[in-house]
Formats: sequence, structure tokens, C-alpha cells
Amino acid sequence: MTSTDPGAVAAPDVPPADVAAVVASNELVADSFSEYLSAQWKRIRSGESGTLPVVVGLIIIVAIFQAKNSRFDSTGNLTNLIEQSGVFILLGMAEVFVLLLGEIDLSTGFVGAVGAAITAELNAPPHNVNWFLAVLAGLAACAAIGLIQGLLITRLGLPSFVVTLAGLLGWGGFLLYLIQHDKQATGGSIVINSSVLNDIVNGSLSNTAGWIVILIAVAAFAATSLLRHRRRQANGLVTAPLSLLVLKVAGVAAAGIVLVLVCNANRGGALVHLSGVPWVVPLLAVVLVVYSVLLGRMRFGRYVYAIGGNAEAARRAGIRTNRVRLLSFVLCSFTAGLAIILVYFSELGSISSDFDGGNYVLYAVAAAVIGGTSLFGGRGKMSFAVLGGIVIATIYNGMALIAIGAAGQEMVIAIVLLAAVTVDAVAHRGISRR
Amino acid sequence: MSTSSAEARSQDRASATPLLRLSKVDKHFGPVQALTGVDLAIYPGEVLALVGDNGAGKSTMIKTISGIWAPDGGQVYWDGKEVHVRNPRDASALGIATMYQDLALCDNLDIVQNMFLGREPRRFGLLDETAMEIAARKTLSDLSVTTVRSIRQPVGSLSGGQRQAVAVARAVLEDVRLVIMDEPTAALGVSQTAMVLNLVKTLSDSGVAVLIISHNLVDVFKVADHIAVLYLGQLVGTYPAGELDTQRAVELITTGALGGSSAAEGRK
Ligand SMILES: Nc1ncnc2c1ncn2[C@@H]1O[C@H](COP(=O)(O)OP(=O)(O)OP(=O)(O)O)[C@@H](O)[C@H]1O
Ligand SMILES: [Mg+2]
Repeated sequence: MTSTDPGAVAAPDVPPADVAAVVASNELVADSFSEYLSAQWKRIRSGESGTLPVVVGLIIIVAIFQAKNSRFDSTGNLTNLIEQSGVFILLGMAEVFVLLLGEIDLSTGFVGAVGAAITAELNAPPHNVNWFLAVLAGLAACAAIGLIQGLLITRLGLPSFVVTLAGLLGWGGFLLYLIQHDKQATGGSIVINSSVLNDIVNGSLSNTAGWIVILIAVAAFAATSLLRHRRRQANGLVTAPLSLLVLKVAGVAAAGIVLVLVCNANRGGALVHLSGVPWVVPLLAVVLVVYSVLLGRMRFGRYVYAIGGNAEAARRAGIRTNRVRLLSFVLCSFTAGLAIILVYFSELGSISSDFDGGNYVLYAVAAAVIGGTSLFGGRGKMSFAVLGGIVIATIYNGMALIAIGAAGQEMVIAIVLLAAVTVDAVAHRGISRR
Repeated sequence: MSTSSAEARSQDRASATPLLRLSKVDKHFGPVQALTGVDLAIYPGEVLALVGDNGAGKSTMIKTISGIWAPDGGQVYWDGKEVHVRNPRDASALGIATMYQDLALCDNLDIVQNMFLGREPRRFGLLDETAMEIAARKTLSDLSVTTVRSIRQPVGSLSGGQRQAVAVARAVLEDVRLVIMDEPTAALGVSQTAMVLNLVKTLSDSGVAVLIISHNLVDVFKVADHIAVLYLGQLVGTYPAGELDTQRAVELITTGALGGSSAAEGRK
């Protein structure tokens, strides 16, 4: 046996670690708070900007509107803003499920509207179906539509862009059909019939209930964060500094307190007292938590990211990639249903044949991408859609206040969307350098 | 590897049932015949090196075994019974773990997430990140991968050698019966290569069969009990490592035959 071979070439050596550690997960490479900050700064410089550009952008937008119209930060308008954000946030979350795969769903607006029309029709006379069952039926219809589109995409291998573009047209037509054939529809719209559905956006928790809910939410967040921290420590794993955890909990608590303070102030004027956190806020919070757990802490979510990162690697790892993709399309349509049936319908008080599903899809994609979800797949979070949804609602709300018409509004949103996609593309180039 | 123990193993070979046996396996891509009538056997506890020139069909063979695609013809036997490995899940259900030449990693996931992809442990229905991280850390330190700063950094931010080490670690993480590695050391540093070769020996000592592809004949002779030579999609033969030396191996790889004789001589 030959143990020395002159022809053998020594493999190139591994480069030093700090070259590779640039985009390391900042929380886990830092032992102290200052190290965390410097790790975060490195990430930003290397293109992993995270949520920073959005937050900075949002602050600038708010400052501009506030300078132009001092009513912008009135508590009444801010509560209004929260309600307006709801639809964009949920539609953005819907889009996150498919964007993470590197796919897109252009049909979400009309799919949700079809669900809302079904709910509205069932809930109104002569059917008078209980609001809860009517909502379930609407959501089930949305999920079923997602299933059909998902099957076309995963089984037949059709591009999601084309299938859902067909969906945009087809379900838009179906919405017209439903409303034209509904005897309850007057002037091309079906009016809301349930006070519960109406109150999702227009009703509020009592002031005390608002405080109790936020207290429980912050306590739960603190407890789970601390438990995770403890468990990692007990197992001798690298943990983020405790000061960072405290700071995060404090940040969440502060945000919650501000939210409740704003909502609990009287926004009804001198005659009618109107205050309290609108029901849509806890609704959004629950959806956000459930979806974040699904994506961040369960196998399904892990596989969504894996497919978005490298679909062939995911397949070789034994993942049933088509099943995961199918479920993502179902969840996307289902969430679009939540957005339109529960929030849009409640906000407007009706669903009409004028519903502009095409525009809403663009806002949905914009909300997700502005928040930092990548169009290239594999990067993004549910919470990003919350930020993105707030940005879009802020632009609309603010521009309406300073009396910029629809023409100006849409051009501004288009520019913001392009800016977000540019940031996304630049970050993508930074990461896929090999 | 001493010659005597290699001989001892080659005697085992005659009597035992192979863990995996390919019989007349064909695979073509359109007009390209990548594998033609390949017969190959791997026994438990054996290190079988698969060598051959670029394009000889080595990766095609291991992908066929691992269920990336089905063979166009021939049979595959596992423990003496015919099996149809239709997809990667079938292969891992049998107890096959594969490290691919292209690594097959997700750049957006971190080291731990990549190592456990497709088989994440759960606790109360949620991913058990702590357990994963502990196991990943141990496996990586066994492979002397010490230069990564955090095992929570995305794989896309690693160097080529570090990525390869992650792919190797992924393949040896679980208890399996056959580990396949396609060029596991091509980009590794000196000490990491030594650790991988050590690990291959440890695996085979514990009864795991290892199928390893390498162009580095020094590495091959260090660990292999048997050497299978592939030439233009055909198996030239499987030789006990003690019967070959570098020169003869190179001859087999480049010409598909030994010393002028044109027929394949090795035991098939
Ligand atoms: N997916 C594919 N589609 C078409 N042809 C392929 C495919 N994969 C491999 N081939 C062809 O099959 C033949 C064998 O390729 P294979 O990758 O198995 O070679 P190899 O022995 O692994 O080479 P190397 O040492 O370069 O890794 C080559 O001619 C190659 O062009
Ligand atoms: Mg190869």
C-alpha cells in the first residue's frame, strides 16, 4: 500500500472565521450588549439589513405627514390608521407564505372577496346563517380555491404567476357573478348583517380590558423569552446577553402601552365618547403569533424556508416538497379570506362588485416586500408583513389627510414598492455571492 | 489500513450477504449512457472507494442508489432483498445517508438547521432547537470543524471547505447502515481531511458500510478496504485495496484495464 503519493495535492485551507461570520445570527454570536450592536451593524453593512430600513422609512414618512398636517398624530387618526392597516397586514401575511417559497399569488384580493361575498350572502336574509358559520363557509371557500390553484401549480408544474394571474381574472369574474345573482345585493353590493362582524373593526374592547389584554400579552412574551433563555443556558449553549432580552421585553411593553394609550383616548368628540382598542388588534396579534410559530418553530415552516432556499436540497433531505408548497398556497388563500372577510368587510360594511382586487394584491405584495420579505424566496417573516402593512396604510392615510388624490397616492406607493424591491435585490446579491 | 485486515474483510466478503447490491444497473440521460450494466456490492462494515475519471458516472451511481432518480434498468438489493428506491425518503428509510458532490445545502438556513433538515427532533410538537444544537455542536467538533464562529450562521456565509464539512456532518449525524460520500474531502484543509478519514474508519469499525468517492488516491488507499473502478459508465471491477497500488489504480482509471489486457479483471 502506498502511503506517499507525490501527485497528491493538499486541499486549500479554510479561511479565517471572521470572514465567514459577517452575517452570523447576531443574537448568538454576541456575549455582551456591545458585541450584539456591532454584530448587528456588520449584518446591516453586509446587506442583511433586516427591519431597519423600514423602521427608518416609517419614521421619515410619519415626520413628513406630521409636518404637513398636525392632525396626523391625533389619537383618532392613529386609531383609524391601525384599523386601515389590518387589511394590508393580513394580505401581506398571506403573501409571505408563498413569497418564502419563491412563488407569488396574484389572486389573493379577489379570492378573499369571493369568500366575503359568500359569507355576506349566507349571513343576510333569507338564509340568515349564523355569522360564525357564515365566516367558516367563506374561509373554507377561500381555502378550497387555494387548494385548486395549489394543485395546478404543484401537480401540473404550472408557474404560480400564471395560475394566480388567471385566478385574479377568474375569481374577479366570479365575484361579479355572485353579486349579480344575489337577491339581497342592492346597487352591486351586499351589506353586512351581523353586528359581531361589524364590530371587528368598528367595536372596541373596554379600556380596562385593553390594559388586561396587553398585560397578559407582554407577560406571556417575557415568560417564553425567559424560558428559552434558561433552557439554552442550562444546556450550555451560547445565549444572547440577558440585558438584550430585558431590552426586548421592555420594547414590546412600551409599544403595547403606547398602543393602548392611543386607543383608549376619546376619539369620538365631545358628544359621543368613543375609545378602546379595536377588536381587529387582538385578532391580528393572534394570527401573527400562530403564523410565527408555524413558520418559525414547526417543521412545516422550516421546510417552507428550505424549499425557498434550495428546493432540490429540500427534496434530497426527504421533504415532501409538493405537499409543503400545496399547503402554503392553501394558507395563503385562507389568510386572504381572513383579511377580506373579517377586516375589509367589517371596515367597509359591505362587499361590492367594485372591489379592486388587483390593487389589493399589489398592496399585499408591497406590504410583504417593504417589510423585508424577499421575492427570491427563503427570506422573510410574518412580523415583517405587519411593518409593511403599517407603512402602506400610513402613506394612504397621510396622503388623504394632506389632500393628495388617488393619482398621487398610487404613484407614491409604486415608488415605495420599487424602493423595497431594490433593497431586496441588493441584499440578495450580497448574500448569493458565490 | 493494514493489508492483513483488508484481506480479512475480503474473506468475509465471500460468505456474507451484501448490504447493498446493484445488478446490471443502467442509467441514461437522453442519448448519454451514464451507467451501463453496473454490478456492485457493499458489505456491512466495509469501506468501498469508488474511483473513476471525470464523467465516469460515479455521482450518477450514488444518486441512483440514493433515490434522486430511478435506474432505467437492473436491480437493487438491500440485505439480499430487491428494493425500489423511488425517492430520497425511501433511501433514508432503508438507512442510507448521502453527502452529495454539490453539497445540497440551503444557503438561507443555518448550520444546525441544515444538518437536521428533514428529520428535526420535536418537543411538544415544536422544533427542539436545543437538542439539535447540542448534537450538531458535538458532531462538528468530532470533525474538528472549529473555525466556524457560530453554528447559527447561515450556510451561505461559510467558506467552501466549511460548507463541505457541514455536508459531511449532516451525513454522519444519524445512525444509519450505509453512508455515501461524494468527494467529501475535495475542499477540506489538512486536519479536517484527516478527521473525515478517521471518521470513516470509526464508522466502518462500528459496522456501518461506507461508500466513498474520491479523486485523491492517497486518501483512498488510507481508508478503503475495496476499490471499485468505473470507466465510461462501466464497472471495470472491484479490487481489494491490497491488490492495487497508485500506479495500477491510475492505469485502471484512465484506460479501464490493466497492463495491456483489455478485459476487466477484478472480481465483480
Ligand atoms: N442530470 C444530468 N443530465 C444529463 N446528463 C448528466 C446528468 N448528470 C450526469 N450526466 C452525464 O452523465 C455522465 C456521468 O456524470 P457523473 O456526474 O456521474 O460523473 P462523475 O463520475 O461523478 O464525474 P466527476 O468526477 O466529475 O464528479 C456525464 O457524461 C454527465 O454529462
Ligand atoms: Mg461526480
